[in-house]
Order: sequence, then structure tokens, then C-alpha cells
Amino acid sequence: MADAAAALPADPAVALKRAQQGKSYWQRVWERLRDDKVTLAVIGVLVVLLAMVVFAPWFTVHDPYTGSALRRLKPIGTPGHWLGTDEVGRDLWSRMVYGGRLSLLAGVVPVFLALLIGGFLGVLAGFTGGLVNSAIMRLTDVLYAFPSILLAIAITGILGAGLQNTILALTISFIPPVIRISESVTTQVRHLDFVEAARASGARPLTIMRYHILNNVLGPILVYATSLISICIILAAGLSFLGLGVTPPSAEWGLMLNNLRQALWVSPFVAALPGVMIFITSMCFNLMSDGLRQAMDVRL
Amino acid sequence: MWGYTLRRLLYAVPVLLGVSMLVFALIQLAPGDVVDILVPPEVPKEIADDLRRRFRLDEPVYIQYVAWLSRLLVGDFGISFFTNRPVAEELFGALGNTLVLALPAAVLGFLLGVLLGALAAYNHDTWLDKLFSATAIIGVSLPHYWVGIVLVAIFAVVLNMLPAQGMGFEGIPTSWEHVQHLILPVVTLSLIPMGVISRLVRANVLEILSQEFVGTLHAKGLMNRRVLYHTLKNAAPSALALMGLQFGYLLGGSILVETVFNWPGSGGLMNLAIFRRDVPVLSATIVVLATIFVVINILVDVLQALIDPRMRR
Repeated sequence: MADAAAALPADPAVALKRAQQGKSYWQRVWERLRDDKVTLAVIGVLVVLLAMVVFAPWFTVHDPYTGSALRRLKPIGTPGHWLGTDEVGRDLWSRMVYGGRLSLLAGVVPVFLALLIGGFLGVLAGFTGGLVNSAIMRLTDVLYAFPSILLAIAITGILGAGLQNTILALTISFIPPVIRISESVTTQVRHLDFVEAARASGARPLTIMRYHILNNVLGPILVYATSLISICIILAAGLSFLGLGVTPPSAEWGLMLNNLRQALWVSPFVAALPGVMIFITSMCFNLMSDGLRQAMDVRL
Repeated sequence: MWGYTLRRLLYAVPVLLGVSMLVFALIQLAPGDVVDILVPPEVPKEIADDLRRRFRLDEPVYIQYVAWLSRLLVGDFGISFFTNRPVAEELFGALGNTLVLALPAAVLGFLLGVLLGALAAYNHDTWLDKLFSATAIIGVSLPHYWVGIVLVAIFAVVLNMLPAQGMGFEGIPTSWEHVQHLILPVVTLSLIPMGVISRLVRANVLEILSQEFVGTLHAKGLMNRRVLYHTLKNAAPSALALMGLQFGYLLGGSILVETVFNWPGSGGLMNLAIFRRDVPVLSATIVVLATIFVVINILVDVLQALIDPRMRR
């Protein structure tokens, strides 16, 4: 029952038709997703990327950390180093594959943490209303006073560089938007008739929250969170690019861009290569998020 | 209307107070003692202690906070640890330089965004829609600092047409040579607002076009141009809100692009301050940028309420 309400269209005739087909909400989501070639292709690319990054040794020949002064800044197309070498002679392909580990980690983990913390606080605020709502939302407003990049840079800039601080900073930057979305969808659902009906029939608040609220808000919140991953990947690499994220000699896409920047005048295209990975990854996550939004019929 | 404006302004006070507390707390959490970082270890302890007294670092935290806040409120941002110049002087000069980039970037991004978004919606499901939607999604997926690097690689390194670094002038650009310095960073900065706004405008216009009143407008014989006016008027409030937000991001998030182009703006200043551990400059920059962001948001809210009376709640 709760699931059906999530996708309940405004038009009663359409709702009736769907109900008569006897398919659950998730069955229909899956059907729509199955027909969406772009989203399927994009998810495929992301799976391949993840596999490459996790099983990096199988996809690379050279060690990503050992270079040679004799092989510095080889151009694209050099035999043995088809994507060239970086400023200390390390194979660029190897570094790009291994670099994906930290880039994806720093791009996905903060969103996941923000989803847990922000989602919990937002649903709590929306469900309880009143003082709790005011307290949570006013604190969110303070964090909202910063553009997210500024907040992330302020935190890593002051606390120091490193993977941990990057994840901390990005998590804090993404908590306020997640809280806002969760609060607003929860507030909308809370005032629907079936929640009142559940309350009138004597359901406890926790039961209502678990069965009637959560089932109906999880979809929109999840879809919103996936749309943040692309921004998070760009920002995480951006922090490393500024020297505020992952520290050398780690391989990470943003840090590679930073290191290769000095070589821009010597071999401009090798210097720009790591950015291609950031672009492809963030684009795939964006397209996936769009596809999920359409399949799950979410409007934010 | 005035009541709404006043309420919005009053509400900004606790938010800004929270911002100042957050920034101050962050600085307190910073690892290491500022003075120990500033002076070499061989300096006698008395001199270090004297420095602490001079910058009032020996007093309790809450007294430091109140003193810091009351100085901020009268516009006294302190003196840079590194250059010994007043922070306000450095900061407002840099903010001006950021504005020189952000304004044209905003105009370019907003115009293109609205144009592409509206055209895509009006030509829904044609190749034009697909092309513009693809442009928009590429715009929001591109890491803009990387775009800056690629543009430098193409137009400065390979073609040798445009300057790659720095501002090359002070104040407002007056000649073609000055404008040349602006082109690459402005184009880079305008990408994100272009993508974000055209996506929103497309979705909004599509939704409005599907509403019944549009059919009524056509039915009563209005010209397409008049219908467009009604559509845009309905799409304007949310687009405006997003533009305000995006303009705030252009100012507050300029650090990445300014680093790529060595632009002497507020982002560049912040970057320097971080690596010099110049706490007065860093804290003032963050507080001022956040304040500007809050003010922009208020302006947008008021503007929205002017267009759409339903917002005046």
C-alpha cells in the first residue's frame, strides 16, 4: 500500500490503470529502466570503471608509483606508454586507473555519509515538526550560508589536507541539501490521508515512520543523493587539485592534474588527460541520476 | 512587501551569527598553534608570548570570539600575518577582481542557459532538444578547472592566441588587450551556470506548456509571442532563485578557476592564505564571502516575491 502511494499519479484514471495491471511500484521502475538504453549503457560504463579500479593490476602493465627520469613527459602514443608519462616518468594510464580508487572513494563516500546523516535528520525534522524541526532546519540554514565549494575548502584549508579531511569536508557540505530535500518530502507525505488513517487506527509513531513514511520518501531522497555524486567527484578532485585533498605521491585524478599543470607548456594534452576521467565519471553519474529519476517517477 | 523584506533581513542576523561562530570554531580546531607556525623554533619564548599577547591569542576562547566579532562588525578585519597589511584592503581589492570575472561569466551563462533551455523545451523531442539537453548535461558534468586547463592548452599553448595567466590590468578592462585576459576564465566560469540553468528552464517551461492555461491563451487567440511572455513570467521565479545561487557560487567558488588562471581574486587570495596559514585573511575571506552569499539570497527572495505574490509568506 505504501509503495503504491509513492508513485500515485495525479490523474486518478492513470492510477487505476496501473493498479489494475497488478504490478508493484518497483516492478514498474524496473520495466521503465529496462527500456531506457542510455541509462543502462551508462550503468554499464560505471560498472566497467569500478571493475577496472578495483582490479587495477589486471588492467595495467606498469607500476603507477615508479618513474624514470629518462621517460619523463613522453607524449601520447609512445610505444609501451600509449597515454604518455607524467612529470616524473610514471605511466599515465596506470596512474589514471589506480587514481580512480581514491577519486571514486572521495566522490561516493561523502554522499553516502551525507545521505545517512542528512536523511536521518531531515526525515526526523519533517516527521516530528515543531521545535525539533525548527532546531534542525535553522542549523541547516547556517551551513546553507556557504556555497558548498567554499565550505569544503574552508574545512580542508583550515584542518589540513588528506583523504580523511576531504571526506569530512565534503560530507559536511552535502548534509544541508540532503536535510532540506528529506525534510520537504517527509513533510509532504506526513500530511497525506493514509498517514492520518494509520494514526487514527492506532499505529505508533515509530510504526508510521517505518512503514508509511520511510517507504515513501526513500525513493526521492536516494535519487537526489545520486545527483550529488557527480558534483562530489568534481569537488573531491578539485580539492586535490588545489593541494587540499589527497597528498602526493598518491595517484588521484585531481592531484594528477595539479602535478601535471607545470608540464602544460611542454606536453599540453598529456597534462589534460586525467580530467577526462573526472569528466566521464561525473557525466555517467549525472546521466544515471537522470535515468533513475525518470524510472522512479520522482519530481524534486 | 516591505514586511516580507524586513522579515527576510531580520532572519539573516541569526544565520550570519551562526556563520561567524562556525568559522571561528573551525579556526580554533586548526591543528597546531598559529604562533608556533609563524615563528621559527629558535625564537625565544618571550617573543612568541609577546606575539600571542599582541594578537590576543592568550585570552579565553569566548572573549577572543566576542572581540573578533565586534571588530568584524565595525569593518576591522585585522592585519595579515604574512604581508602585515590590513586584511580589508587586500580582501576588497581581490573581491573587485573576482567581480570582474564573475559578472560577465554570469551574464554569459544566464543568457545562454535561458536561451538553450527555452529553445529545447519549445522544440521538445526534436534533434534541437536533444542537442541542447546534451550541451546542458555536459556543462554540469565538466570539472570547470579542467576546462580551464584544456582551454589554456588549446588557445595559449598550441594556438598562442590568448594569454594563459593573470589579469594584466587593474580595475576595469578598458582595451582589447585587457579583454583578452578575460576571455578564457569567463568562458570557463560560465559553463556551470549555463548547464544548471538551461536544465531548470527546460524542465520548467515544459511543465508550464503542459498546463491548461497555455491552451486557454492559445484558444483566445493570443500570438505565440504573447504566450511566450506568459510562459517566461511563470518560469522566472525559480530560474531567478537559481541564478542568485549560481552567482553566489561564482563569487564563492571561484577559487578553482582563479587558481588555474592565476587570477588575483578572492579565491586566489584564499588559496594563498591557506598555504601561508594566514588566519586573519582566511577567516575574513570566508566570512565575507558567506555574507555576500546570504545577501544575494535575500535579494533573490525579495525579487521572487515581487514577481510572484504567492511567495510573500
